[in-house]
Amino acid sequence: MNHRAASGNWQRAFGRVGRNWGLYLLLLPAVILLLIFTYRPMYGVMIAFKDFSPALGITGSPWAGLKYFEKFFHSYQFSITIRNTLLISLYSFATFPIPIVFALLVNQLRANRFKRAFQTLTYMPHFISTVVVVGLLLILLSPGNGLIGQLYGLFGAKAPNLMGSSALFSSVYVWSDVWQHTGWDSIIYLAALSAVDPSLYEAATVDGASRWQKIRFIDIPMLLPTAITLLILRVGGLLGVGFEKAYLMQNNLNLSGSEVISTYVYKIGLMSAQYSFSAAINLFNTMINFVLLVLVNRIARKYSEHSLW
Amino acid sequence: MEATTPAPPRPKKGRSSDALLEALLYAGAAIVLVATVYPLYFIAIASFSDPSAVGNGQVWLYPRGFTLDGYKELLKHANIWVGYRNTILYTVTGTLIGLAVNVSAAYALSRRDLVGRKAITLFFIFTMFFNGGLIPTFLTVRDFHLYDTFLVMVLPFSVAVFDIIVARTFFRTSIPAELWEAAQLDGCGNLRFYVRIVLPLSKAVIAVLALWFAVGQWNSYFNALIYLQNKDLFPLQLILRDILITNQMQSSMGTGEAAQIALRLANMLRYSVIIVSTIPIMCAYPFVQKYFNKGVMIGAVKE
Repeated sequence: MNHRAASGNWQRAFGRVGRNWGLYLLLLPAVILLLIFTYRPMYGVMIAFKDFSPALGITGSPWAGLKYFEKFFHSYQFSITIRNTLLISLYSFATFPIPIVFALLVNQLRANRFKRAFQTLTYMPHFISTVVVVGLLLILLSPGNGLIGQLYGLFGAKAPNLMGSSALFSSVYVWSDVWQHTGWDSIIYLAALSAVDPSLYEAATVDGASRWQKIRFIDIPMLLPTAITLLILRVGGLLGVGFEKAYLMQNNLNLSGSEVISTYVYKIGLMSAQYSFSAAINLFNTMINFVLLVLVNRIARKYSEHSLW
Repeated sequence: MEATTPAPPRPKKGRSSDALLEALLYAGAAIVLVATVYPLYFIAIASFSDPSAVGNGQVWLYPRGFTLDGYKELLKHANIWVGYRNTILYTVTGTLIGLAVNVSAAYALSRRDLVGRKAITLFFIFTMFFNGGLIPTFLTVRDFHLYDTFLVMVLPFSVAVFDIIVARTFFRTSIPAELWEAAQLDGCGNLRFYVRIVLPLSKAVIAVLALWFAVGQWNSYFNALIYLQNKDLFPLQLILRDILITNQMQSSMGTGEAAQIALRLANMLRYSVIIVSTIPIMCAYPFVQKYFNKGVMIGAVKE
């Protein structure tokens, strides 16, 4: 490209920037907020490699190298938090097909009124807050007079203390999530199914396909691209069990099964104010998640035509 | 009315495997429905029942020993109502700020003639996978003097990149480029076009995002837990956490008559507070339901 053409391009680009100044104004609030509250903290991550003290500030604090990472790797909590986090997220990952099955089921319901009522009612739990869900669990799963206690009582058995057991923590965590979100998570698959061309079903009927065959050879392939996209995104969060629910469900009885990385980061950072140590654990977590995301996306791109980028 | 609805076409000779599938289908749907709704229904009827009847397992299908004591108990707790007020304020302002920030950004990013679009999009997407983490973010909020303020609940974390992507896809597919070209010829600037033409045409996506923001604000407790100290600023969810979770663990310890009465009241309060705090946000959904059509939702997966 010669010089004159290049400068012409630049002029045109600048012209377009100037003409579209309104668009940049629309972007401005979001960009500023991200710069301050997301990108500035990313710079602040360097306290993970420093002996941070608030008085000296981020730049003024002395370097500590990998001290805090080593401290975490050698700590008693390292294997516990990693194990719990991995266990819960793999467990919850395994429930990934449930909304797909759910969507296939809803899509088969012919009675329109029933279908609509069914959908609305199964979406409801999604709107309940985490605090209330955990409160519900405590009420319903109480071994004494909770629903589960009474159910066991009918058979003359003594109910297990589900909320006070570290071995059962992951099950309670994952299945209550399934209860809460399956209906809602299926919306996206239902949208994909509603895009199926009806003539496909007609053609299949003419060819004598059974209902099951239509599900198997029309519906499921239709859902695959959506499922893979969501699957990849899920893997990116594999080492990230959300703080909110785990923290609320924690108590002294189940702590050895319920301490996950995010709750540990909170306790170390804000409750015992070990800023650098907490930031180091957090950074370690983020890095692993990112590596997983890139890895899985690469695998997805290799073996199918669907990937994130 | 039902008689006038035409029956859906059915195959004349149903295969036996299809009939079996149909039976299994409705049986499965019924089980799922009961399992989903019953816990909520139980809380609702328990909130109107005598707590000892609930404790004995007599309350299954309808309230026993009808009482409104749980709701009366609710009126005695001033902090619940302060929390309620705060949550309403956070939800309304948070939703308005969220819409203003994200819908505007999404529209700008949807325009293919935006110079630097790729780089700016990357700037947004990057934050979905990377962030500074709890402590560096906390320090930043403190440096900007937002710790323990009303503003921290509604402003700093109002950018929602996923929502921006959904709205951007919606704009791309439903606002034709010719519209902008025509408006431009008439001397209409970007901002006027956005406010007068784009927004009125985008009610569906705005309604959906408003629901997401409102539900998120109403239900969140994390930011309040981290960034608030002043009890007068606490949202409902933090108060609920005390009533439903922190106190539950303590109250199950006590014995004796006074403890029994306190326990009884605490139990009733627990049911009524769940109902009162959850109903408003559940009522929001039906208003927005019609917008959850394939147009908006497919946008979420495509890009």
